[in-house]
Amino acid sequence: MNPKKISLFFLLSGFVFLPPLFVNTPYAYIIRILGITGLYVVLALGLNLTLGLAGLFDLGFMAFYAIGAYTSAILSIHGWNFWAATAVAVAVTVFVRFLLGASVLRLRGDYLAIATLGFGEMTRIFFNNCDSLTNGPKGLPAVGQSMGLVQIYHFTFTDNLHFYYLILATAILGAVFSMRLENSRIGRAWTAIREDEIAAELTGVAVTKFKILAFSVSAVFAAVAGSIFVHWENFVTPESFTFWESVLVVSMIVVGGMTSIAGAVTGALLISALPQILQVVLGGTFIHYRYLIFGVALVLVIIFRPQGLVPSSRRQLELQRIED
Amino acid sequence: MFVQQLINGLALGSIYALIALGYTLVYGILLMVNFAHSEIFMLGAFFALGALSLSWVSGLPAFMQLLLALLLAMFASAVTGALIERVAYKPLRHASRLAPLISAIGVSIFLQNLVFLFVTNQSVPFPRIVPLWHLELGNSQISSLQILVIAVSFLLMGFLRFFIQKTSLGKAMRATAGDRMMAEFSGIPTERIISLAFLIGGALGGAAALLNGMYYGSIKYNMGFLVGIKAFTAAVLGGIGNVTGAVLGGLLIGILESLGAGYIPGGSEWKDIFSFAVLILVLLVRPEGLLGERVSEKV
Repeated sequence: MNPKKISLFFLLSGFVFLPPLFVNTPYAYIIRILGITGLYVVLALGLNLTLGLAGLFDLGFMAFYAIGAYTSAILSIHGWNFWAATAVAVAVTVFVRFLLGASVLRLRGDYLAIATLGFGEMTRIFFNNCDSLTNGPKGLPAVGQSMGLVQIYHFTFTDNLHFYYLILATAILGAVFSMRLENSRIGRAWTAIREDEIAAELTGVAVTKFKILAFSVSAVFAAVAGSIFVHWENFVTPESFTFWESVLVVSMIVVGGMTSIAGAVTGALLISALPQILQVVLGGTFIHYRYLIFGVALVLVIIFRPQGLVPSSRRQLELQRIED
Repeated sequence: MFVQQLINGLALGSIYALIALGYTLVYGILLMVNFAHSEIFMLGAFFALGALSLSWVSGLPAFMQLLLALLLAMFASAVTGALIERVAYKPLRHASRLAPLISAIGVSIFLQNLVFLFVTNQSVPFPRIVPLWHLELGNSQISSLQILVIAVSFLLMGFLRFFIQKTSLGKAMRATAGDRMMAEFSGIPTERIISLAFLIGGALGGAAALLNGMYYGSIKYNMGFLVGIKAFTAAVLGGIGNVTGAVLGGLLIGILESLGAGYIPGGSEWKDIFSFAVLILVLLVRPEGLLGERVSEKV
């Protein structure tokens, strides 16, 4: 085993074995923070496929988190079990994202960013106004309704720790899936598109097809995270899916290192978990300043360290070659 | 009713048009979406309010107050715009196209939270300055504020048009937008022209902010986002990079929004969806906009 694998092994064991130690201590909140961070990791891994690998700038990713969450919540309220509801939520979300992708993906980078931003806001306004389906700003489940439980055989997920493990498993699965994709023919096609679309087209990469594929696959991550989120929280309102949430996920990838899977995870930990833990440790009004700091961090990273904090090895090689 | 909505839309559209010009001027030269422009507009509103609350301004007659607030807001917004360019975009001139966009989002988050944390997180009343009266036009009426908004906007747009078409600086600007490298070779200081585009864009944004504040009577730290998106839609609709197009797009979006809110049942609740829907539709059907040229991808 090389040192990289060993450190990864210890890191993973830490995430598996340490959180239970916090149960029934004053630090129990850490489990919840880690769970939320895990959801962001899943989202960041999903967006990394479009933004990082294929280089498609998406500013409305939260819309798909929302579609996944709402579909799953509505089905769950109508008596579906968690797994079936999640499967349908994934199907619906991927389908919507496929439709959007098929129509907007021929736009240039910055236009695509604005179009997805527009779609993201439209989705939120739709969920906010469509009272009969989503109970509007009051959120789901409405009074008198309840969500289904999450069960495997006869085991029911009830507390934060249970959901933490569910999320951890999802995140690991997502990371492995991403890694396999990145090193496949598909991943190489995405990289080619990101680096030079015209050159990719000329060497025989079906650019539009692969772009739509990247776009659609990333929706799986968003939908699964959304479904887990509503079942854990037992509540969903349109306010959880604002434009700024989409920006947060983009920041995670940029700060962590575009295209890098380790970067997406690092970015999520830094941007989601760190401020919340610092808030508890430092206390006071620290949390209010966090967006201010993100804004500055985003500008600084893109100017001084465009490859991010944990760049992918391929990206690092490319950048070094340019500097030499 | 129709004429009334048209008048409302025209006033609204003039404000969008002024902001859209800021997007289009920058895009024309740098081919980048200045995402932070909406926050320059928001800051402009706070600059204008600050100017109006200066003790030596508030004692003056209404006309002088208006003029001073307009000039101060335009000046401060122009400087902000140019400053943002210098700090956040200039170092990225040779980076990938997405880099300045990400940087702009960073600036946007920063500015919004700056006002949220250090000025106020509440909505603040904005003085109307001029007396309010209405002019009857058949069944509909036009308010003094609407006349003012439309008049000031068109005056500024007239100035801009004169500047771009008739002055040598304007000519240099058009040359830079046409082909930056060629302009540089012909001795045009293109970096200064870029700064100038941000100055003018910022100034127009500041003017729009004052008019918008007077028209709606309140301002808030997050007001830039939605207005910014609509103005950007206007710029894209008209053909981004095209100055006449931005004005046309702004007026169209304003009129469309008021007609939608007036005629579609429950329209006011959904009115913010219209501009997003229009944006996506335009991008799909005619991405080069109404007056834009179709540019083929350069290898």
